[in-house]
Amino acid sequence: MKSGRLLPAVTLIALLAGWETLVRLAHIPHYTLPAPSLVAQTLWQNFPSLAASWWFTIRITFGALALAAIGGVAIAAVFALSRRVETALFPVAVVLQVTPIVAIAPLILIYVESTTAALLLCTWVVAFFPILSNTVIGLRAADPNLRDLFRLYRATPWQRLRLLLVPSALPYFIAGLKISGGLSLIGAVTAEMVAGVAGRETGLASRILEASFRSETPKMFAALALLMMTGVLIFWAFNALSRVLIGRWHASEQP
Amino acid sequence: MQAVSEGIRLDHVDKRFPGGVLALHDVDLQVAPGEFVALVGPSGCGKSAILRLVAGLDTPTVGRVEAPAVSNGRGASTAFVFQDPTLMPWASVFDNVWLPLRLAGVARAQAAGQVRELLASMGLGDFERAFPAELSGGMRMRVSIARALVTRPRLLLMDEPFASLDEISRGRLNVDLLTWWAARSLAVVFVTHSVFESVFLSQRVLVMSERPGHVVAEVSIAERYPRTMDFRATAAYQDACREVSAALVAA
Repeated sequence: MKSGRLLPAVTLIALLAGWETLVRLAHIPHYTLPAPSLVAQTLWQNFPSLAASWWFTIRITFGALALAAIGGVAIAAVFALSRRVETALFPVAVVLQVTPIVAIAPLILIYVESTTAALLLCTWVVAFFPILSNTVIGLRAADPNLRDLFRLYRATPWQRLRLLLVPSALPYFIAGLKISGGLSLIGAVTAEMVAGVAGRETGLASRILEASFRSETPKMFAALALLMMTGVLIFWAFNALSRVLIGRWHASEQP
Repeated sequence: MQAVSEGIRLDHVDKRFPGGVLALHDVDLQVAPGEFVALVGPSGCGKSAILRLVAGLDTPTVGRVEAPAVSNGRGASTAFVFQDPTLMPWASVFDNVWLPLRLAGVARAQAAGQVRELLASMGLGDFERAFPAELSGGMRMRVSIARALVTRPRLLLMDEPFASLDEISRGRLNVDLLTWWAARSLAVVFVTHSVFESVFLSQRVLVMSERPGHVVAEVSIAERYPRTMDFRATAAYQDACREVSAALVAA
């Protein structure tokens, strides 16, 4: 194993070992701070019920992220075509972005009848902005000399879009996607927290709330562990995607 | 006045930029088909502005520009090489050179033979799959010139193409450029601020004044082609350099 992976792995193991030792030596009660071994055990025992909630959270997260990617790129394309539309609508996007999602979520839950749809919408609001603003910049970032070259060779608008603007915007879009990937998980969990434990299908946030009402601290940690793993997986997945798509040519991926 | 079918003619051209700066004033110049002309002048004297007018990327504020890219509306007979190689970083060497043909609707398979032959003749045969980031500055400039030549243009506009290269790459590219030019019926307008380069390469050096740019002198270089590095050691070369330098100082 390269030291680039060894070092974080050793750090993580050392942290867990330190935590385990601390809990055992100081006799910390499990309802205050459960040891990692107990969390793992709880996760294992409750896995069937936790997995269903996990799957729900994952669906909200990725569903909203996919919609954010589609919506963000579509709006960015419109903005890139018309400065006027951008000037008119960008403030709206900013307002949506700066308003804390916890504050709007209750309203969205009132207005939107389906809880799943409401959760998707809340998460989308959090996730779309980085993709939008990065893609807008990316579409404008094409090399001016290359633009001139395309003009000199009488490129059609479609050729210009496909062969120049889209590849130029790709690294920016991916950078936005990396940020939005993490945000969509945060958005999904936040919205679930607001929605509470009611409903036919509920996510990991509801498990955490439920467990906290019953003071089942180990179960809270177990759900939390799943959330953290999901976040890390999203981060890895998008880094891998970035390497595949722009790894060979973009400066951000060069060693 | 008769239209110049493949040459260039600028008649009393003024160019004022949108900001109000007068970049060119009363520029007259002609380039015959197949001729190699160098434009020398201080930075900001409007040399690049002339190339953009000839390429049809800008229009003159006053005066007339006759050039293939302006009059017949077809871009492919005019090619442009910028100071930076201006390659698409996401595309391989092959795809970069294919681009002008691709924009004209030529499919990859149809273009392949022509692109490969050109790459081989320019010392890039082994690099068709490489990406620009994997090449040296000199190699990147070769790719940029290959892209310009792939459409078999009649007119090649070069905007200080070798300015950011080291002396050795630059010298080699100067010699190679003359070879590539000699093998084609191609007119070249070569913008540079190097007196030595302009004299080594061209049949005619046009000296420009500071802004607003204006052609103040013309020096003919009689030396025959092919020219080699030995030309630089001759008295004729040094006399021409002295003459161009004197004109630059007087400007």
